[in-house]
Parts: sequence; C-alpha cells; structure tokens
Amino acid sequence: MELLVHYLSLATKAIFIENILLAYFLGMCSFLAISKNVEASQGIGKAVIFVNGITVPLNWIIKTYFLDPGALSWLPITSLSAVDLSFLAPICYIATIAALVQFVEMFIDKFSPKLYNSLGIFLPLITVNCSILGASIFMNERGYTLGESAVFGFSSGIGFYLAIVCMAAIRFKLRYSNIPDGLKGLGITMILTGLLSMAYLAFSGIQL
Amino acid sequence: MKNKKTFIDPLIDNNPITRQVLGICSALAVTVKVEQALVMTLALTFVVAMSNTIISLLRKYIPSSIRIIIQLTVISTLVILIDKILQAYMYEISKTLTVFVTLIITNCIVMGRADAYAMQNNVKDSFLDGLGNGLGYGMILIAVAFFRELFGFGTILNFQILPEFLKNGLMTMPPGAFIILGLIIWVQRSLTSYVEE
Repeated sequence: MELLVHYLSLATKAIFIENILLAYFLGMCSFLAISKNVEASQGIGKAVIFVNGITVPLNWIIKTYFLDPGALSWLPITSLSAVDLSFLAPICYIATIAALVQFVEMFIDKFSPKLYNSLGIFLPLITVNCSILGASIFMNERGYTLGESAVFGFSSGIGFYLAIVCMAAIRFKLRYSNIPDGLKGLGITMILTGLLSMAYLAFSGIQL
Repeated sequence: MKNKKTFIDPLIDNNPITRQVLGICSALAVTVKVEQALVMTLALTFVVAMSNTIISLLRKYIPSSIRIIIQLTVISTLVILIDKILQAYMYEISKTLTVFVTLIITNCIVMGRADAYAMQNNVKDSFLDGLGNGLGYGMILIAVAFFRELFGFGTILNFQILPEFLKNGLMTMPPGAFIILGLIIWVQRSLTSYVEE
C-alpha cells in the first residue's frame, strides 16, 4: 500500500508538477513542429509514452548491471569488479534508445499494423527527441529504483502527451485569429507555451 | 565569398533557433544567467563544428541506412568529451547546466546540420557551417539570458545593474523563458521580414 502511494505521488509529480516539457523544456523540437495538428500530436504523444515506458527501465538495468562503479562484479572475472564505466552512460543510453526504437518499429509493423499506422512516422523521430534521453538521464541522476524508473518513464510520457495535445488544440483555435506577421507560427506558439507553463506552475505548490 | 556566406548565413538570416526551429530545448533551459549561456554556447559550438568536420570526412564511407546511429556515436563521443572538460575546469558552472550538456547529443542543431549539411559537403564548408550555426544559436541564447538575468535578478554577469526591488521572479522560471524567446523570435522575424504560413 505504501509502495502504491509512493508510485502514485511520483507519477503525479512527473505528469503535472515537474512536467518534462513545460518545466524542463525537453522535447521542444517535436512539440513545436507537430503541435500544428491534433491527430499527429496524439500519435507522437502515444509513441513517447510507449518508448519512454520501455527505455527508462531498460537503461536502469544497463546502468545497474554494467555501468555503475563495481557493477560488473556479477561476472566471474574478479579484476572487473573495480571497473567504473559510468562515463559511458550517455552513449549507452542513446544507443539503447536508437536500437530499441528500430526494433520496436519492426516488431509492431509485423504484429500490429494498425498501431504501426497510428504511430507510423513518429517512431523514428523519437530517437532524437530530448525527452526520451532526458528521462533516462534524470533516472540516472536521481537514483531511482527499477520500479520507480518504470513509473517515472511512463508518467513523464503521459505528461508530454497531455501538454502536446493541449497545445495542438489551442493552435487549432488560433487559425482564425489575426496575428502580427512576424509572430505567426513559432513566435505565438512560444508565448502560448509560456502561458500554458504558467498554468502548470499552479501545481508547484503541491507537496508530495 | 562563398565561405563567408556559409559562415554568416546561419548567424542572421537562417538562424538555427528562430528560423530553422532547431535546438529550442536548451535555449530555454540554460538561459537563467548570461554566464551559463556563454558556457553552453562554447560547448555546443565545439560539438557542432567538430561533428560536422568528422561526419564530412567520413561521408563517403557511411552507408545511408545506418547513418543516424553513426552520427549519434560521433556526437555522443564529442559530448562526453566536452562534459568531462567542463566538469574538470569549470565545475561550478557545469553543475548549474545539469543534464543539458549531456543533452547536446539530442540537440536537433547538431543532428540536423550533420545530416542535412555535412553528409553532402566538403570538410571546410562543413566546419564553417558548424561554426556559424553554433554561434547563431549562441547569439539567441545570450540575448534570452541577457533579458532573463536583467529582469529576473537585476544583474548582468553577476554585476548588479537594476535595484533589488525591480526583481521579477517569473523571469527566472519557465514561463519567462518561453515569453522572452517568443518576443525575440518576433523581433528577428520582423527584421528579416520572414512570415511563416
């Protein structure tokens, strides 16, 4: 029960209070490019939830059993137990993400063409989405456990999904507004994101 | 003449942040103080210039099907290098930059220039293009940081400029970053009279 409450508060924190997009600015590029369209935003949002939910715990396993100081002590060779490979963390994380995305793409293309069509072109884009690598690096810095990192990965994906769909809906309304020329597109989106992020600041008073 | 254009173009007309819409994440995150923005510019310019050079040297040997992985490997090696250098020589600032130095790996400017420019052009042009894009990014970064630090803390490079009571806490928080960058984009696009459809 206590564990469940702990996980729930971690999830609330990752979705609302420390939203990966609006509080840490991660994944802005795809956010700005894709939020023109609600359907596409849902597609990339789902892809982020899916990939984040898998890569963060996977990277935790890699970190704990290969990269941490002394992590290699489970191998029978004793001289390896003193090895510290933690400086390789970023390159290993990004390699895992790139390989996993490729693999997942092939897998769902084969077994679920319907899901493949809805995620479609967004999966390859995910590799260079900072929110994916960012979530893994946060997992590294904050020292989560396996369960926590799974919850964190999944819920930071949900946070991204909420923010991008919300933005897409606002931009849809914006089509009929009269905006100064220089502010069209990127400029007004930035300012709107600022307002959205101000709304999310209201959650920051919550203590969990 | 062409060299000059390759270098100058990304500074103003084809700025990576305001025109190409690349690398926005770190432009927002590490602009609380000018000092941070300067160090980040240095790090990114180094990575993008070097990765462009290396990718351009290797461009004839990279099969196009696995080019993303190869580019990522080159870039992450450079990023680990610069991260360790910053930690060794500028420990205090590297602490305030937190995860954002590591996240240069997925900074779209680096990937974008490597894939769109360095894969097709010779070494010298690619190096200049990288340098130009790094500095163009830096210009915007420093402009955002200038306003955020001035209005948020009343200081520039830690020297007190505005009196204490004018401090505006919102500027140091995420919404301030978004709004300042939005306004800078407006100014830049009005000056270059570019309109997005």
